[in-house]
Amino acid sequence: MSKHTLSVLVENRPGILARVAGLFARRGFNIHSLAVGPTEVASVSRMTVVVDVDELPLEQVTKQLNKLISVIKIVELEPTSSVQRELMLVKVKADLQTRTHVLETVELFRAKVIDVAPDAVTIEATGNSEKLEALLKVLEPFGIRELVQSGMVAVGRGSRSITDRALRSA
Amino acid sequence: MSGHRSGNDAGTTSTPGAHAHDGESMTGAASLVRSLEAVGVDVVFGIPGGAILPLYDPLMDSPSVRHILVRHEQGGGHAAEGYAYATGRVGVCMATSGPGATNLVTPIADAYMDSVPMVAITGQVPSSSIGTDAFQEADISGITMPITKHNFLVTDPADIPRAIAEAFHIAGTGRPGPVLVDVSKDALQAVSRFQWPDRIDLPGYRPVARPHGKQVREAARLLVESKRPVLYVGGGVLKARASEELRRLVDLTGAPVVTTLMARGALPDSHPQHLGMPGMHGTVAAVTALQKADLIISLGARFDDRVTGKLSSFAPGATIVHADIDPAEISKNRVADVPIVGDAKEVISELVVAVQAENAAGRLPDLGAWWTELDSLRIRYPLGYTAPPPGEVSPQHVIQRIGQISGPESLYVAGVGQHQMWAAQFIQYEHPNTWINSGGLGTMGFSVPAAMGAKVGQPDKTVWAIDGDGCFQMTNQELATCTINDIPIKVAVINNSSLGMVRQWQTLFYNERYSNTDLHTSHKGERIPDFVKLADAYGCVGLRCERPEDVDATIEKAMGINDVPVVVDFVVHRDAMVWPMVPAGVSNDDIQVARGMSPTWDRED
Repeated sequence: MSKHTLSVLVENRPGILARVAGLFARRGFNIHSLAVGPTEVASVSRMTVVVDVDELPLEQVTKQLNKLISVIKIVELEPTSSVQRELMLVKVKADLQTRTHVLETVELFRAKVIDVAPDAVTIEATGNSEKLEALLKVLEPFGIRELVQSGMVAVGRGSRSITDRALRSA
Repeated sequence: MSGHRSGNDAGTTSTPGAHAHDGESMTGAASLVRSLEAVGVDVVFGIPGGAILPLYDPLMDSPSVRHILVRHEQGGGHAAEGYAYATGRVGVCMATSGPGATNLVTPIADAYMDSVPMVAITGQVPSSSIGTDAFQEADISGITMPITKHNFLVTDPADIPRAIAEAFHIAGTGRPGPVLVDVSKDALQAVSRFQWPDRIDLPGYRPVARPHGKQVREAARLLVESKRPVLYVGGGVLKARASEELRRLVDLTGAPVVTTLMARGALPDSHPQHLGMPGMHGTVAAVTALQKADLIISLGARFDDRVTGKLSSFAPGATIVHADIDPAEISKNRVADVPIVGDAKEVISELVVAVQAENAAGRLPDLGAWWTELDSLRIRYPLGYTAPPPGEVSPQHVIQRIGQISGPESLYVAGVGQHQMWAAQFIQYEHPNTWINSGGLGTMGFSVPAAMGAKVGQPDKTVWAIDGDGCFQMTNQELATCTINDIPIKVAVINNSSLGMVRQWQTLFYNERYSNTDLHTSHKGERIPDFVKLADAYGCVGLRCERPEDVDATIEKAMGINDVPVVVDFVVHRDAMVWPMVPAGVSNDDIQVARGMSPTWDRED
């Protein structure tokens, strides 16, 4: 199985997340990550779905998604021709002895400290999955107290817009 | 399966006066009735209740919408399906919130599996109460999400006309299916200005009707080059109303044809190239033709497990051309070599032209050897059945005689089980849309209410419900609806006092241990219930036939009663079984013509 990133343009209506998530679940497809948000067009929302499937089932899930009336368009984003980012907030133990090391790590990964307490710091980091995984690996020995991660969002490189094309054909 | 309409035409066909009430102030309930009139609805099957009560008041005054009060919402849903099958139009059912709506779940799921165009309208608790576990509240749009083509929850009266217009458009176009419109009680009561939409604007819904020309030409090329082609015809051909086109293709190519359970009648059974039904209880010729084909052209079929048997061993040598209006069906089960997305009517029409072009260029298939082989199978393994013990009635014989006496102009509506398979096998279908049944979901209890709906849609046709004693007990309350509303259907209860198909599996696979399949409806002197008395209680004529020599006379008698529904209790031999059979999960190569008997493939003749 391999990971695929799907950008799904949907009508901005209540219940659409349930329709999409339900479809993945009942057709037996595993969602690795999911992010939803508004787009530059008020009536359209965009979901970025990372799904673990082989090529043929991917074609099937895409076709099934396309059958949902509220789904306007689906584009698979290839890793090489798109930019992909996740956001991570991580609370790490940091007392007087370890604080300097933790801050060095933050610096190295171009992350940010967004909250400080006497015995911990909270770090914000963005990047692709590999970078965030690497950061976590380095932070682990200090002691991770809390971790929260967003789903991945992705956009194709270059000047072309999938929203633009989807709505023009609409 | 392919759908019968596409683009922005039917399903949204607004009646000429659709805009007549534009700008008028009215309640949401009145605007819903106006909307049903605007899309041309003539019949609704339903039951009122608290949340949908506001709608029933203006409905009473509608000049064109006839409401038929059913006895159970499931009956209303299956009636809407039967109506849709018989007319090709969108069937409509209606129920209140909560249990009314959940009782529609089975017919909605049935319509989803068999691509039946249907709109279900449900009342919902007032919008301020949604999500509070209010009295008779159920999240029916959430519940039906996986079994509807689409659904709507409407809480603003101004949204009602558009929701209804879109619902009928979605239900009736592309691959047809059920659409649910859930309307909150306050939206039905509040006043707004009626505005019928000028056009349907659904950016995420554009069914493709016209097939890709290159793909069609490739299919034609494969067809004239193949030595062992089979046309595998599914229910989509009927949904697309493409029987005439199919007939042209069949006559032009000389290729053998199989029609699935959902497509019986798409090609007359009397057509010499018709091998019958494929699948678990298909004919040996149809099953074997698919297994040994070098080319399968699938038209509006979906390679269902009941047709393919064990998928990995299905038609191992065949190139697959798969035409369907739903792209998701193509390569879902069996990978297609030539995928064609389009409406069956258009696909077949274009295929005819493309094959004619091939023929004109001198390319004609030689199917002589293939036909010799298939004809030999047909002769050696015709459909048949074992005679019952002396004095007992054969269920197959009863069903066959009903078909012969009532004739090919009648409609036949089956429940699910042995009687359904025998009705698919032993009634000769000569016209499209004369066979109605529950294929995909396999819904016991489908027959009586669906026959009722079919008879409402085709009041001049004789409509036979071919039912079992198990099925009949699930939905026979609709006989009351039939009697009261002058819907004189004929019901043949094939009464073997058992859940017959389950019993057959117990006989074959569970050492004849009959766990919970005895229904006590005819054997050992028990008649619980007595179907003749039951018919009588419902104001129907009840007849009983228990001797082989009375079969014809009883059917004739039922044929003569056309003012009230007739129920015939045919008490039949209990151990009759459906043959041929490919057991579940087994290769089609291992088809059995009778218990423990497989055809011999290696004979030279």
